Amino acid sequence: MAVLDHPAENVSPPVAQRAPSWATTLDHKQIGILYIITSLIFMAVGGLEALIIRAQLWVPDSHLVGPDMFNQLFTMHGTTMVFFVVMPMLFGFGNYLIPLMIGARDMAFPRLNAFSYWMFAFGGTLTYLSFLAGGAPNVGWFAYAPLTEYAFSRDHSTDYWILGLMVSGIGTTATAVNLVTTILVMRAPGMSLARVPLFVWMMMFDGVLLIFALPPFTAAAIMLLLDRGLGAHFFDTQAGGSALLWQHLFWFFGHPEVYIMALPAFGIISEVVPVFSRKVIFGYESVAAATVVIGVISMGVWAHHMFTVGMSDALDAIFSGASFLIAVPTGIKMFNWIATIYGGKIRMQSPMLFAVGFLAMFLIGGLTGIMLAAVPIDWQVSDSYFVVGHFHYVLFGGSLFAIMAAYYFWFPKMTGRLLSERLARWHFWLMLAGFNLTFFPMHIAGLLGMPRRIYTYSADRGWTIWNQLSTVGAMLLAVSFLFFFWNLFVSWRRGESSGDDPWDAWTLEWATTSPPAHYNFEEIPIVRSRRPLWDLKHPEDPDWEHE
Amino acid sequence: MSEAHLTSAAATGHGHHRGFPAADFNEEHRVQVGMACFICSEAAFFSTLIVAYITYLGKDTIGPTPAEVLRWPLVIAGTIALVSSSFTVHWANSALRQGDLSAFRRWLAATILLGIAFLAGTAAEWRDLIVEHGLTIGTNLFGTTYFTLVGFHALHVTVGVIVLTLMLALSAKRFVSQQHQVGFEVVSWYWHLVDSVWLVVFTVVYVIGR
Amino acid sequence: MCLASILLVALVRSAAADDLSVFHPASRPAASIRDLFYLVFGITGAIFALVEGMLVYAAWRYRRRKAGNDPEPAQVYGSQPLEVAWTVAPLLIVFVLFLVVVRSVFEAQEGNDDPPALRVQLIGHQWWWDVVYLDEQPGAGVHTANELHVPTGTDGQPARIEVELLSADVIHSFWVPRLAGKTDLVPGQTNHMWFTAEEPGTFFGQCAEFCGMQHANMKLRVVAESAESFQAWRKNEAQPALALANVTKGRERFLSLSCVNCHTIRGTAAHGTVGPDLTHLMTRRTIAAGAADNDHEQLRAWIADPDSIKPGSEMPNMRLSSAEIDAVVDYLETLH
Repeated sequence: MAVLDHPAENVSPPVAQRAPSWATTLDHKQIGILYIITSLIFMAVGGLEALIIRAQLWVPDSHLVGPDMFNQLFTMHGTTMVFFVVMPMLFGFGNYLIPLMIGARDMAFPRLNAFSYWMFAFGGTLTYLSFLAGGAPNVGWFAYAPLTEYAFSRDHSTDYWILGLMVSGIGTTATAVNLVTTILVMRAPGMSLARVPLFVWMMMFDGVLLIFALPPFTAAAIMLLLDRGLGAHFFDTQAGGSALLWQHLFWFFGHPEVYIMALPAFGIISEVVPVFSRKVIFGYESVAAATVVIGVISMGVWAHHMFTVGMSDALDAIFSGASFLIAVPTGIKMFNWIATIYGGKIRMQSPMLFAVGFLAMFLIGGLTGIMLAAVPIDWQVSDSYFVVGHFHYVLFGGSLFAIMAAYYFWFPKMTGRLLSERLARWHFWLMLAGFNLTFFPMHIAGLLGMPRRIYTYSADRGWTIWNQLSTVGAMLLAVSFLFFFWNLFVSWRRGESSGDDPWDAWTLEWATTSPPAHYNFEEIPIVRSRRPLWDLKHPEDPDWEHE
Repeated sequence: MSEAHLTSAAATGHGHHRGFPAADFNEEHRVQVGMACFICSEAAFFSTLIVAYITYLGKDTIGPTPAEVLRWPLVIAGTIALVSSSFTVHWANSALRQGDLSAFRRWLAATILLGIAFLAGTAAEWRDLIVEHGLTIGTNLFGTTYFTLVGFHALHVTVGVIVLTLMLALSAKRFVSQQHQVGFEVVSWYWHLVDSVWLVVFTVVYVIGR
Repeated sequence: MCLASILLVALVRSAAADDLSVFHPASRPAASIRDLFYLVFGITGAIFALVEGMLVYAAWRYRRRKAGNDPEPAQVYGSQPLEVAWTVAPLLIVFVLFLVVVRSVFEAQEGNDDPPALRVQLIGHQWWWDVVYLDEQPGAGVHTANELHVPTGTDGQPARIEVELLSADVIHSFWVPRLAGKTDLVPGQTNHMWFTAEEPGTFFGQCAEFCGMQHANMKLRVVAESAESFQAWRKNEAQPALALANVTKGRERFLSLSCVNCHTIRGTAAHGTVGPDLTHLMTRRTIAAGAADNDHEQLRAWIADPDSIKPGSEMPNMRLSSAEIDAVVDYLETLH
């Protein structure tokens, strides 16, 4: 049985009286909530940046913000959404849920866990301090050299970007170690790796991907820092350094990063869809195996971001093939989720709405990804608004829709209260409409020749209408998120009491109280199948008969 | 739904009782698994620096070149010291496992001294490069990649030496005993990593690179 | 998806004043990419219709009709035949796609061995395009900026234009959608691409890789014309600048300022290479890499205060008096 390295408190006083304890907490649930709240704040900021970007592009030759401010806005929007919103939000859910799902009292390394959170909070804050220091980073979120070299970026904004991401990156590496270790060693008796909930399984491979993909980025960031600070020549093309080395190193991290943001989302969907379809996940083993295959292949596709840099045809073909290949395991997951829905008795409550929204939108992002993997098509639409549309369908229509499903699904677990279904429906339909209105026209603008990252365009280019649709969509999205934030705020204080197991679910986190006590479980449960609570609720037909 | 039901329901079970699969790992392996993950991330980090070194090998238009300035004797001595220290740290670990604390301290001290000897060799080499040959990180691509790669390795050796010295100090105060063997074992893993990285660096920089 | 298809058809038929649509190819490479796009779009569209259809059908068909304590549905744990089917089918589809892509990648190289009708060097600068015509007789180099003139070809044989791409500072990307896909201009390496222009016309493009403050105003145009008019243009470009007597004041003012450190006007003492060559400035439609039209008013405004047109541009404000600006503009306007 687990040995606690800190005494258990049986009774928790209300949150407000325990504010100081939040600063020093080592409890995975409090750290998870800290992650979630901090990334929500960053999400509001990143969304605001996107709104200003869309407002600037509302009409041709607009002077709402100047080019320099615009470049800072899209750089910070991308950096924020990737590093300070989607990743930490997923870590927040992972932190909160994994020990509960595997029947543990905490993560493997609680102190390291707190360290990770504070590194993320400091890293994000440090990056944003650049606004006060005379200007935010303005080199794009993938910071291509040599634009980032001192010769072309003479103020300290790029240094803020490097240091902020390195600080939070060290925390993220620690998180990865913690995730993998927790899932490997902290499982309750009987919970073999073949029985963990799929969310846990996918978080483990998330950790594995981070362990192998993040250090190269840290190394590249250090090289850039040495170039800028000590006159090294890694990416200094005047002295024989290579502009393409940065791209290779960045995307060696950057493409797995897409899957680092997508795998936990797949995990969330794999938990939500079965519960609301009232069916066991179809093909648990295939979904789990597809995760591993995606993880492995994702380490070998990075150069599909570089089809236009003048690589050899052979290399183009190899990376194109690998990129096509990754569609297969992703497709397998898609089919398994649809098969899970098929023949169920679907309760279209808010988590399921967002999960179905995820399935519908992520599919589009995946298919435009297949188009982009076709090298000659990429030659035309790479670096155009088509790509912006594509990856927003993957990361917003994919990851963020899934994260929203997670909010509605696990909020009762964290607070003991339900989120309002009425507000949730407003949120969902506005978000779905706003999302498609914002990002679908971007594909068209790109096919009409609109490059990304331009602060303005002239009227005779014929892009105005598509930009106006996008801007209207962005406003709709903003309104939908107001519903979401209002729902969180109101329900957290006055929401309907949910009871311990509001969704009649099957995994271990619903076996304890909502919210759980500090020690999670009075007694560590013994697990005999993939759905311990199904066995309890259906003694006549337990899961272990079928495994 | 209280989890008490779970434990009891599982305990009463059914006719088709399937034994619990033996856990591949349990909480006792926490530290080892954590260190193994950390070592993987370190390996990925150093691989990147090595890739950068190889990428720029022989790409310089201005000197000095590795063949002109890298000298064998010091490096060979340093390499021997570091490889030996892998053995001594292993013997220290075995001694601790058997509870032979005085042998543990002896081998640990030997490891620290060998680590310091290696660092002294690196320092002497750097002094020679900077003062005699005027090679700095800003001189050319060789300087850029060499100082970054060897510097980060030396930094890791330094951290290792500090941790081992702390362990020695604690052990002299009788704070280290057999029950801390797992802790010492993962530190020794880290030390082996630093050693393995050096062997790759040595091969790439001094054997292939010249 | 139907909506999307309708939109796409509408797109193919619509045309803005500056047409940059990838659906309006005027060149063989661009046309082959358009055809590939239609093919891949057809395949992915079919997949979309099938999968999205299954999803929507399943979600609608199996929604719970009434709340209540009805029994749980049948628990289906998986099905090996199905799993195999939906692993193998996508594998086959992507394999076919992969073959198609490999074929079209190597097709793009076809005609590479034909001798080019013209070789041009494009050098990317923050934020303008330096255009150098290669294979000239020595001493008669044609050097211009932001405007690439090319011949369409003779006797129905389109002229193959070979482009060498270099960068003077950061990474840029050459993209004229109607002529070809994009190729980056990477400092420290030389990239090559080629295109043909099958019909006379002006084809627009702009830098596609973020390159700093004025990335949005790094536009270029390709002017394709008949062999005769191209030769005429080229002959004129090869001449040194005119030195008309009535603009001596403006010329001397220009040559006395630090303009000459950045700009070249062949036939004068101005030999700078930091900014665009101005020898035949008036043959170009725009100034400041497409940020403004090349007319009297804009030229005045540009010289008076470059930041009013292109904030952050490398051209300094010379703080000239109004009279001086008039003189310099009068001189520049003779550079045909």
